[in-house]
Amino acid sequence: MKKILMAAAAAVFAVSGAASAETTVKLAFIDALSGPFALTGERGLQNFKFAADYFVNNQGGIDVGGENVKFEIVGYDGAEGFPSPKKSTLQAEKALGAGATYILQGNSSGVATAMSDFVAKHNRRNSDNPVVFINYAAVVPALTNELCNFWHFRFDAHADIKMEALTDVIAANESVKTVYLIGQDYSFGQAVAAGAERMLAAKRPDIEIVGNELHPIGQVQDFTPYARNVKASGADALITGNWGGDMVGLGKAVLEADLGIPVYTYYAAADGITGLFGEAGVGIISQVTEGWGPNPTEEFQAYHAAYKAELPDSDINQPRIINAVGMLAQAMQDAGSTNPKDVAYALENMEYESMLGTKVFMRGDDHQAFQNVYIMTHTNEGLPTNSEGAPLDFDNSGYGPLATSTVEMASMGIETTCEMERP
Amino acid sequence: MDWGFITVTLLDGLARGLYYFLVSAGLTLIFSMMGVLNFAHASFFMLGGYFAYIIAQEWGLSFWIALPVVPLIIGALGMVVERYGLRHVHKFGHVAELIFTFGLAFLIQEFVKLVFGSDTKPYVKPELLTGSLFTIGDQSFGSYRAFMILVSISIFIGLYLLLTRTRVGIIIQAALTHPNTVSNLGHNVPLIFMSVFGVGTALAALAGIIALPTDALQPGAAARLGPIIFVIIVVGGLGSLNGALVASMIIGILTTIFDASQLSVINVMEAVTNMLGIEWSLLERPTYELRRLMVGDLIMMSTKQVGALFPYLLMVLILIFRPQGLLGKRES
Repeated sequence: MKKILMAAAAAVFAVSGAASAETTVKLAFIDALSGPFALTGERGLQNFKFAADYFVNNQGGIDVGGENVKFEIVGYDGAEGFPSPKKSTLQAEKALGAGATYILQGNSSGVATAMSDFVAKHNRRNSDNPVVFINYAAVVPALTNELCNFWHFRFDAHADIKMEALTDVIAANESVKTVYLIGQDYSFGQAVAAGAERMLAAKRPDIEIVGNELHPIGQVQDFTPYARNVKASGADALITGNWGGDMVGLGKAVLEADLGIPVYTYYAAADGITGLFGEAGVGIISQVTEGWGPNPTEEFQAYHAAYKAELPDSDINQPRIINAVGMLAQAMQDAGSTNPKDVAYALENMEYESMLGTKVFMRGDDHQAFQNVYIMTHTNEGLPTNSEGAPLDFDNSGYGPLATSTVEMASMGIETTCEMERP
Repeated sequence: MDWGFITVTLLDGLARGLYYFLVSAGLTLIFSMMGVLNFAHASFFMLGGYFAYIIAQEWGLSFWIALPVVPLIIGALGMVVERYGLRHVHKFGHVAELIFTFGLAFLIQEFVKLVFGSDTKPYVKPELLTGSLFTIGDQSFGSYRAFMILVSISIFIGLYLLLTRTRVGIIIQAALTHPNTVSNLGHNVPLIFMSVFGVGTALAALAGIIALPTDALQPGAAARLGPIIFVIIVVGGLGSLNGALVASMIIGILTTIFDASQLSVINVMEAVTNMLGIEWSLLERPTYELRRLMVGDLIMMSTKQVGALFPYLLMVLILIFRPQGLLGKRES
């Protein structure tokens, strides 16, 4: 009798084993993979692929409602020279045709705004085959305010959240009396400048903004004239949202001009920038960002070591990608479904314990993630290490970001003008 | 604005214009001789930077070794491209040649990505030239920029003497306009073409070596410079070396001035109304509010935006009013 039962049980298991089909969820990564901003895109793709392997594929897949699910990440080039909204949405159509149900995009808020719009329209017309837009980097505040939509989720802190943190630090520094702003002339650069003007006026009305310049994105050959203007203005601090080649050029010019003032940035790290600044940037360059904080968790230390073992020349330059993939996998398991609509509902108001040592809260009202934000300073001393004992540096240069201030769950209660329409 | 600021800005512009000239000189000579617009020209500029970076920093040899050696290597590479690529494609006509150079540009870009990676390389100035040469007011002028100016001017003088004072130069000039006659006189015209192509690419490489430490050494470097160089040879007059120099100076200096000046429509409005003693509430608002106005983009428009457009605007105007270029001779 016992034998028969066991045989029956074995048979049942065998059947259910055969029934548990393997599903591959296709995620389309659409960002600049050519042109002057290609590096930022390529690094993003590497980070997504590594995170997908770590959370899902190397675990033998995840169990979603009895199905074994694996992630496949496919890269699409969204640049025509520069990151292009038109090309990116065309690529998105191509990706959807190839069976993608999630879109991963982040470089350039201009592209992200077009992508969010594209996804909303697509889902209205194809309510049976919706797609979710995972925005891992585009930080123009409008995307989770007046331009918000249900299918868009932002995993990075937006420009105003970062500017709140940055202006807190600047406001606390009594020696700063004048500030100079330089940015790229498009929605994101304008948002950074606007945020800085507004928040400094509120927190430190005595601070004077002595320069507020926007330059065409990716077209300035030499930033020396800009650095000369900063010098001539006698500013006590420089704030810039520049990224990619525009940050490299500006950084070089600023360090060459030997301004001797703090330079507060959004993106002056990794992708060759840290290695380039080296000793000259110490005590000058700092960055407001999400990340691993001053005391990284053991899990992250091991993750970092595994990443460097697989991709020694690459860096975890956008740590939020870890959260985006981890939370997506978690949401699928919670929902018991890989259907983008079910997953979107599961992502709403999710609280996630990240290996980065922060809780991540995906607010349902506007689909904005809230998390710890740090002011990180470029240095080669006192950097935390990974589980192999190697410093958490960038570009294998020995220099890297060290968290000097922490804002826990930054701007958690910040208001939103989003009026979410749910399907 | 003080005189120190103006002086250093003009010198910055001079340095920029001169390195534009180094790149465009080769391009314009190659065009006038072979009738080929070499789309891969800026790629040799980029290769110059990468090779110099490898020699000077990765291998730990000196910048001063890379400076003469790299142009020789790239020049030889250019000759190989002409001899075994372009000359072969030549018999299929200009379109084939154009497509060949276009493809070559992509090939070099992908090669650079594959071999060196897509990140920005920390290519820096040589130790000797990191300081500043002089300081006016609070603005200092780096000795490296002075070095850039010096190298470019000596190359121009050398090139000018070579073309006008030597036998080789006279043959080249003749081959520019009457290749068949020169060939009938017993000169080896294909060899002249190959040498000119080699010298042109070597000059582009030299420009890359000296200019890229002040810019960003990455696979996008060629794509950023390429359009400007085409504008310069069109404005200067295709095939005219003097024209290329004049156009390089105009574009280099004026774009630098545009980058350095802080004029915008709103600034001018403010200055004018202040002069007239009119108080205007619009001017009191913070910049971010102004940008949101319906005419925001217009009143916030600054010389920075115009500066980026300026070279192309100049090219369009030249093509309309003086199609042969500033110093060009040809009517077609």
